[in-house]
Amino acid sequence: MNVKEMREKHRLLSEYKYQLGTIDKGYTNRTLYINVGDNTIKEKPVTDFMKEKFVGGKGFGLWYLWNAVTPETKWNDPENEIIVGTGPICGITQYPGSGKSLVVSLSPLTNLPFDSNVGGFFGPYLKFSGFDALEIQGKAEKDVIIIIDGNKGIVRIEEAPAEAVDGHLLGEQLTEMYAESEEDKKNISVITAGSAAEHTRVGCLNFTFYDPRRKVVRLKQAGRGGIGTVFRDKKIKGVLVRFKGTKGNLNNPHDISLINKAGVRLHREIALYDHKQNNMRKIGTANIIEIMDQYDLLPVHNYKFGSHPDTHKIASTVFIEKYVTQGMADGCWYGCSLSCAKAADNFELKTGPYKGHKVCVDGPEYENAAGLGANCGIFDPEYILEANFYCDTYGIDTISVGTLIAFAMDCYEQGIINKEITGGLELTFGNKEAAIELIHQMSRGEGFGKIAGQGVRRMKELFIKEYGADPQVLQDIAMEQKGLEYSEYLMKESLAQQGGYGLCNKGPQHDEAWLIFMDMVNNQIPTFEDKAEALHYYPMFRTWFGLLGLCKLPWNDITPPDNKYTSEPAKIPEHVQNYFDVYEGVTGIKLDEASMVRQSERVYNFQRVFILRMGSGRRIHDRVPYRSLGPATVEEYESRQERYDKQLKELVGYDPEGKTTEEKMAVMRKYRESQYEQLVDAVYKRRGWTMDGIPTLEKLKELGMDLPEVVEVVKKYL
Amino acid sequence: MIKVNGFDFPWEEGLTVTKLLEKKGYTFHTSLIVVKINNEIIDEEKFDTTLIQDGDDVQALHIFGGG
Repeated sequence: MNVKEMREKHRLLSEYKYQLGTIDKGYTNRTLYINVGDNTIKEKPVTDFMKEKFVGGKGFGLWYLWNAVTPETKWNDPENEIIVGTGPICGITQYPGSGKSLVVSLSPLTNLPFDSNVGGFFGPYLKFSGFDALEIQGKAEKDVIIIIDGNKGIVRIEEAPAEAVDGHLLGEQLTEMYAESEEDKKNISVITAGSAAEHTRVGCLNFTFYDPRRKVVRLKQAGRGGIGTVFRDKKIKGVLVRFKGTKGNLNNPHDISLINKAGVRLHREIALYDHKQNNMRKIGTANIIEIMDQYDLLPVHNYKFGSHPDTHKIASTVFIEKYVTQGMADGCWYGCSLSCAKAADNFELKTGPYKGHKVCVDGPEYENAAGLGANCGIFDPEYILEANFYCDTYGIDTISVGTLIAFAMDCYEQGIINKEITGGLELTFGNKEAAIELIHQMSRGEGFGKIAGQGVRRMKELFIKEYGADPQVLQDIAMEQKGLEYSEYLMKESLAQQGGYGLCNKGPQHDEAWLIFMDMVNNQIPTFEDKAEALHYYPMFRTWFGLLGLCKLPWNDITPPDNKYTSEPAKIPEHVQNYFDVYEGVTGIKLDEASMVRQSERVYNFQRVFILRMGSGRRIHDRVPYRSLGPATVEEYESRQERYDKQLKELVGYDPEGKTTEEKMAVMRKYRESQYEQLVDAVYKRRGWTMDGIPTLEKLKELGMDLPEVVEVVKKYL
Repeated sequence: MIKVNGFDFPWEEGLTVTKLLEKKGYTFHTSLIVVKINNEIIDEEKFDTTLIQDGDDVQALHIFGGG
C-alpha cells in the first residue's frame, strides 16, 4: 500500500485551528493540550509562575504531570500524560546542541515521573509552530496520529489504521505523506514508538529528522523510562509536526550578538580540537568504548567485570573504518557542528522481519555497544548494529534492553532459569543468536522475550516467586533501582558514581552525574563532603540543560585548550559562561552559577517531592544492588584479587593473608555498604534534605518552592 | 617514590610524563589529561621530555564527564 492509499484510510476525529503566534525571548507563552481519549484539543497559557518556578523543558513537563495525576495514578491510566517540552533556548541555530526536547511521563518501569531528553527536529518545530510544550493525555480506542501544521495553524487527530508501527517505516511513511515535495521533507519531524513498545515496559520514542544527503529519515531516541510504552498504550501511532521557514532568529532573542559570539567560539574549538580530543565528529559517543575498557569501566557479563580481551573487536576504530559513514553533517539539529549523530548506511540485516533489507542504522552510541555488546558478552560489531537497529525501530530502549538481557544471561548461567523457562533459548553470555531472537520476541509479544521485556525488576520478582531463586542473590545481581535498569558504566570503584546512580531522581541513569574520572582516577573529591558537593553541583548543572532544551555533549565533550589553566577544569568554566551568555542572549536575563543552580534546584526538589508523592523518594528507595558497590560473587572478587586485597589492607585495616575469598568478600561488603550509607548522609545534608531523603520545609522555602501542594506532601514525612 | 593523584607510585630513573602515563595505564587522549608536577602545569608537547624527580607530587587529571 502506498502512502496515498494509507492516507485515504484516515478518519478525522478532531480538528483545531489556532492563530499563529510569535516567539518572545525564547517563549511562545502557550502550550498545546491534546486528549486522545475525548479528542479535545486546546491551548493553555504559559504563566509567569511557570517560567519563574519551572523555566521550561522538563520543568514544564513535571508541573503539568503533577497536575494531571494523583498518588494513585498508574502509568497506564488515561490520566497519565506524555509531555514534550522545549525550553527557551531550544531552537536556536547558532550554538551547538540547542535542539533538545524533554519528554516527561509516569514510567511503566518505575511508576514515577520520568524525564528523557532527545534530539531531532520535533522540539524546535513545535516551538516555531507556536507552542512551548505539547501535553498529551487520554487513551484512544483505535490507532491515531496527531498532525500539527505549524504554518497553517491546524492541529488534527486522525485514525490511522494502515501505517506501519515500527519506527523506521512509520517515520518514512508519515514524512512522505505530509511533505509537499522532496525539498519539504526537512520541514517535518515525527514521533514514533514501535511494535515492541506495545509488549514491553521498556518502550522508547523515536524523534525523526530528515537527512537530505542520505535521503532517509533519521531516528533519535527519548530512550529511557519506557515512555514509548505509554505512547502505544494510548494507541498513538505517531505525532507529526510540519514547519517551513526555520531561521536563526525565530526565538526572537533579546540580544543575538551574545549568542553569535558564544557560537563562533565553540564552532572554532570543535573545528580545531575535536580530532585531537574525543573524535565526536567521526564516531560520536562510541569514541569511549575502548577507553572504558582500558580503565576497567566497560560493563561486561552483567556488570561483573570492567574489561574484556575481545573489546578490540568492537572498538570505535572498527566502526569508523568499516561501518559508520564519514564526512556527513550529522547534527541532530541545525548548527550543531559537533555532529555526533552517526549512522551506518546500507547495513544489510541478517535476521527478523526486515532480513535482507539494507538500512540506515542510527548509531552506534557508546551505550548500545556497551549494553547490547560487552555487557552481554557479545563482541561482534555487526550484531551490535543489528540489535541497535531493531531496538530503535521496534521502539525499545537499547540501554534497558542491554541490561535486562545481561541479567537474564547471568541468571541462565547460574542455573536460576533454564531452557524450559526461556522457551529453548540458550541465554549464555556471548550467544548473539539468542539475544537477537529475544529482541524479536519482544516485537511479537511472545515467548521469554515478552517476560524479559517487563524489565529487570519484574524478572527478578518472577524468578523468586515462580522458580525459587534466592532473593538475596538476585537482589545483588539485578542491576536496577527504583525499577529502572542501570546504564552502561561499571561504577564499583567509584563511590561518587555509585551515588551518581543511586541518588538520581529518576533511577540509575548517568545523565545527572558522571564522576568516575574525577573520583576514581583523578582522586579530586576524596572526602564524603567533596563527593557530596559534586553530587550537588553536577546534577543541578545537568538538570539545567533539561530546563532549557540543551544537549550535554557540547559542554564537556570538547574542551578549550586553555581549560587546564582554570581553577576548576572539570566544570569547563568557559563553556559554562557560554551558556550564561546564550541564556542572556535569548531571554535577556543575566545568569551566574548561583542563579543557575537555583533554577535547577527548584525543579530538582519539586521532582523529588513528586516522587515522594507517588510512593517513593525516601532513603530506602535510594538503596542499590550490591553489585554496583562491590564484587558480588567469588568470581568477581578473584578476578581482581590483588586490587581488593590491597584495599582490605590499606582502607579497611584487615589482613587478607590466609583468609578465604568468602571471608574477604564479607568484610569488603560491610565496608563498602557503610561507605555508601555515609555518602548518602553527606549528599542529603548538602542537598538540604532530611536523613530520610526528604526536602526540608526550610529548603523548599529558601527555594521559593513551598507551594501549598508541595508542603502538603512533604509534611507527612517530617 | 612519587605521588600520583595522591597515591604512592614507585619512581625510577628517567621517568618522563609519557612513561608515567603509560605505566599508570592512562590511555585517555593526552590532550585531555592535565598534568601538574608539584602544582606546575606541564604542556602536552613536553610530556616526552619532562623528567619526574623522586619525591615529586604529580597530578594527572582526566577531563571527561561521561555520557
